[in-house]
Amino acid sequence: MTASDWQGLLKGVPSLLGGLGINLQILLGLVTLGFLVGIVIALIQVYGPRPLATLAVGYEWFFRGVPEMVLLLLIYYGLRQFHVPITPFIAAVVALGLRSSAYQSQIFRGAIQAVGSRQMMAALSVGMTRLQAIRHVILPQALRLSIPPWSNEFSSVLKDTTLASAIGVIEVFKRARFIIGRQYGLALPAFMLVALFFLVLTYMGNWILGALERRYRIPGFEAKGTGERF
Amino acid sequence: MALLVVEDLHKRYGKEEVLRGVSFTLERGETKVIIGPSGTGKSTLLRCINRLTEPDRGRIWLNGEEITSRRTNIYKIRAQIGFVFQDFNLFTHLTALDNVRLGLIRVKRMPRREATERAMRELARVGLADKANAYPAQLSGGQQQRVSIARALAMDPKLILFDEPTSALDPELIGEVLQVMIELAEAGMTMLVVTHEMGFARSVADEIIFMEKGVIVEQGPPEVLFTNPKVPRTAEFLRKITEFYGESS
Repeated sequence: MTASDWQGLLKGVPSLLGGLGINLQILLGLVTLGFLVGIVIALIQVYGPRPLATLAVGYEWFFRGVPEMVLLLLIYYGLRQFHVPITPFIAAVVALGLRSSAYQSQIFRGAIQAVGSRQMMAALSVGMTRLQAIRHVILPQALRLSIPPWSNEFSSVLKDTTLASAIGVIEVFKRARFIIGRQYGLALPAFMLVALFFLVLTYMGNWILGALERRYRIPGFEAKGTGERF
Repeated sequence: MALLVVEDLHKRYGKEEVLRGVSFTLERGETKVIIGPSGTGKSTLLRCINRLTEPDRGRIWLNGEEITSRRTNIYKIRAQIGFVFQDFNLFTHLTALDNVRLGLIRVKRMPRREATERAMRELARVGLADKANAYPAQLSGGQQQRVSIARALAMDPKLILFDEPTSALDPELIGEVLQVMIELAEAGMTMLVVTHEMGFARSVADEIIFMEKGVIVEQGPPEVLFTNPKVPRTAEFLRKITEFYGESS
């Protein structure tokens, strides 16, 4: 790399970091949306009445089946066509969030089923309603079980935020391409920098989730320190 | 009127009719023990009584209120009926104290402090005050079952249903749970107990109900049932189970 390449790259860093901030905003939005909708879908699949549960399965099938890129374009251009004034940013959050909700719903469904119906029965037997049982007995346990598979989904959607560039969100990937457009010699270093950003974010995110998992581990369930491995 | 009245209860799972018209009553302060071979509907019967399982037919009254009526608030009823499960079913993510306290706070809407005091009293009653902060996985089976009894007691139940409370326990842990149950019976708690512990049945029960194939075959005071049953099948079952489990267990 020439001196002017280094200079160009260095000059581009603030812009890239700004772009990364947008990726993080999309991430926050899509993860929150995916989490909330995912839990509801999972609860409906496990506890809902038959027709509603079937609908929830259909929802999950659709959003897991359609390619993310297609979903992004479908929601952005589709809604625009019906004169819904949706911004690219919101479209990205909604499309990626709904897609993630389908994947997250299966994480939560598995966890809820792993908690088991006997916990529900015990909660009902002390007079709790189903909603109380879900809120105070089932979900606290299911969410704990969800953390390891959820960190997988997190790592995946973190990187998916770059897809938002396809509908015109000026996030980090798009900005890297702007830089390269101005100075072609920066193609490799700029993309490497973007890759590095995501490596660091993935590491940090998973570190936080790991800490969360340790913090909420139920005493008595940790692997015993006998030195034995099974 | 009796505290609990069960009238002509029926329950079917698919083709199999598990309960085929069960009727009995339970007076205040009375302990009745239900015995019978496995698969005869004993657990289903208990679960129908607080409608964890919906009976197909028949009626149940608790304290004069019909439980099986559609208008009944079943959650309110369940809070008045303690249930002790074979495999304890403590909430695994909560300490012993929180297990006992949860229903008080969420169902009875008791202030936290009062609920804690009450829960600690019940834990002390089953001899586990020093385990208040232990999680279920850190307790022995016998201790877990005693916590689950404390959880039932804390709700001030009119009646406690025990579904084979000692069947999942190591033999040396059975005694501590039975001891708690004996003390409860002596204190005047109304109890309906499904068990294979014949020693307990004989010494604690006011009456024994022998069930088979979804019907009550015979019921009566233990001294009558154990020494002079009217139905030959009762005698045969009692002989077999006493051979297997031993008389004094």
